Amino acid sequence: MTAATGQPAEALTTTAASLLRFATAGSVDDGKSTLAGRLLHDSRSVLSDQLAAVEHASRARGLSVPDLALLTDGLRAEREQGITIDVAYRYFATPRRRFVLADTPGHVQYTRNMVTGASTAELMVILTDVRHGVVEQTRRHTAVAALLRVPHLLLAVNKLDLVDFRAAPFTAVVDEFTALARSLGVPEVTAIPISARDGDNVVTASTRMDWYGGPTLLDHLETVPAAGEPDDTPARFPVQYVIRPGATGQRGYAGRITAGTLRVGDRVTVLPAGLTSTVTAIDALGTPVDSARAPQSVSLRLADDLDVARGDLIAPVDAAPRPTRTVEATVCHLHDRPLREGARVLVKHATRTVPALVTAIPVRLDPDGLRPTPAHGSLSVNDLGRVTLRTAEPLPLDPYARSRRNGSFLLIDPADGSTLTAGMVGQAPGTAGESHEANGQSR
Amino acid sequence: MNHLTEIESEAVHIIREAVGEAERPVLLFSGGKDSVVMLHLARKAFAPAPLPFPLLHVDTGHNFPEVLAYRDRVVAAYGLRLHVALVQESIDRGELTERPDGSRNPLQTHCLRRAVELHRFDAVFGGARRDEEKARAKERVFSLRDEFGGWDPRRQRPELWQLYNGRHGPGEHFRVFPLSNWTELDVWQYVEREHIELPGIYFAHDREVFRRDGMWLTAGDWGGPRADEHAEKRTVRYRTVGDMACTGAVESSAMTVRAVITEIAASRLTERGATRADDRLSDTAMEDRKREGYF
Ligand SMILES: Nc1nc2c(ncn2[C@@H]2O[C@H](COP(=O)(O)OP(=O)(O)O)[C@@H](O)[C@H]2O)c(=O)[nH]1
Repeated sequence: MTAATGQPAEALTTTAASLLRFATAGSVDDGKSTLAGRLLHDSRSVLSDQLAAVEHASRARGLSVPDLALLTDGLRAEREQGITIDVAYRYFATPRRRFVLADTPGHVQYTRNMVTGASTAELMVILTDVRHGVVEQTRRHTAVAALLRVPHLLLAVNKLDLVDFRAAPFTAVVDEFTALARSLGVPEVTAIPISARDGDNVVTASTRMDWYGGPTLLDHLETVPAAGEPDDTPARFPVQYVIRPGATGQRGYAGRITAGTLRVGDRVTVLPAGLTSTVTAIDALGTPVDSARAPQSVSLRLADDLDVARGDLIAPVDAAPRPTRTVEATVCHLHDRPLREGARVLVKHATRTVPALVTAIPVRLDPDGLRPTPAHGSLSVNDLGRVTLRTAEPLPLDPYARSRRNGSFLLIDPADGSTLTAGMVGQAPGTAGESHEANGQSR
Repeated sequence: MNHLTEIESEAVHIIREAVGEAERPVLLFSGGKDSVVMLHLARKAFAPAPLPFPLLHVDTGHNFPEVLAYRDRVVAAYGLRLHVALVQESIDRGELTERPDGSRNPLQTHCLRRAVELHRFDAVFGGARRDEEKARAKERVFSLRDEFGGWDPRRQRPELWQLYNGRHGPGEHFRVFPLSNWTELDVWQYVEREHIELPGIYFAHDREVFRRDGMWLTAGDWGGPRADEHAEKRTVRYRTVGDMACTGAVESSAMTVRAVITEIAASRLTERGATRADDRLSDTAMEDRKREGYF
């Protein structure tokens, strides 16, 4: 076992430069929990009482060394079944960065958890066992990462100790994976050979793989650009709340910028109504600023006294989305009750919730390659597919390929409020005919 | 973007979403640092307008007097509305009975449920963080609770992107956790950056304490020290503030926020492991309490 790197406590007290949200995926037993445990342990994010608990539990299971996988093992049901069944979030920091890790399970029936974890991730680590290479689960996880347009993919080829740390088995997995990623429209993949159990190339560089000259997994996590959206995305500002400071004060529109940059002096339109005005002030939680960008929470004031309410979207006049009542989207169905054509649902987009009708479910996408197959008008839990919706009011949507925030929505059951389906406006990446358009917009 | 600015923006977004979706929000305020930070964020979220919802404190009757004084000072200074649910009143009404170990922390759950029911609160802001405990690592930001306040991990809704589904049935409510993605260190760094005042017991001071179960507890009429335990003066501070019967102090010389940050970064114990007897009961203690309707 590689010794903990022992970062000086002092370094952690400084405010880290930025935050990276990432997710891990892999099939059962590829070593995902071990990897997560190792990242927490070697970055000194595991504290002695947690470690003592893990040592205790490991001994109780008859293990001689602590099983770091137990560090990230959550609820009781999971411990009993010995598998991870839900998304768990972990936190660790290095002097360079703060990390939020969405630990998503590898079990077949839990596509929805992967989709959930991937939705906020800026990077996904796909774990494979070097002896098995690209397996069905790898295909599914990569398909989800492509579908959710996670900006960075990292292939971690694990258990190099079991192939004597040789280059050839690693390279074979990388070649196979690169072909898969390309077929799904993913332009760029970073691959790292590791041994999660022993710590090689996780936090500290391996001394047993001279042929590998690249970064360790943590190096890569620390240096990959964290910006989720391209800088040139036009601004999107869903109004969350109207602040009315007494009788005399001017109204402020509170919200979080979901894409792009807003500046004082910008000509903006308020959608769906289409009224126009000018931004006269931006308040960044107590500090007046000239400009603010995603994902900042701010409040805005406008030159004109317009009727603006929660649910409206403020966007630049010259780059505003056109509100529409017909929505074509790629979806992942999340609920045990199937989604059927003709269903009446609620669409929650940004801060607006409107009634809608599911007019068509023409296509299911196979989970390994996102290839279209007939859906016969319904989708079951964990199914990916395409739907067409007719909404009661127009929605100012962007294609998901252009904006993960303004191009995503939920379908909600109006009867009991359950979250039914996750939706992404437009076509899935890599599917026949559309890959060009989608990639051109997203990258 | 600086990570504190990002998690601040996220927390404000969550608070505004909950207020936008709910009819009767309320913020759980104990005077503990997480609730103090949450209140600070909530005031920022709606400034310059006043806070559009009240505070609720479940008072075990075993609170540190310094913390209660702090609470009342804050409420008066910012013109806030405060509801107090007293565990003692529930005991007097016969709804609850005192536990043999003297701890009233488990009794809070009942009072919280009752206050939520009485005032028909439908969004209850709590300061819980996912880094605190294993069962919390899977907690949603909007956590659905049934009519009994209970938490069923299998009924929790998937949360994608920044979309929080706040719809609920009659009698159900949400616990909303704006600090979900914060760590203890983040909280302290934010306290430092924003110059937020905290109750004095978070900083090193001399105190009459006695040792029980490996923790330094404050002597007081809640039930300590017993005959076989003896009180002595130590320089200590608290990492969490709760029921005096189960919240332990740590020996510390950290008298400033900066010194506390340095101490935490170097510390080898989680804050709950160090100072909360209620989580030591079993490996699944927190999960069990959450099912019953704990925060
Ligand atoms: N030889 C070897 N075994 C590993 C490595 N990483 C994990 N394992 C073992 O593989 C098994 C499954 O690991 P675990 O982390 O629980 O997998 P998960 O199901 O993906 O979370 C355990 O027995 C680990 O000890 C590695 O790098 N080398």
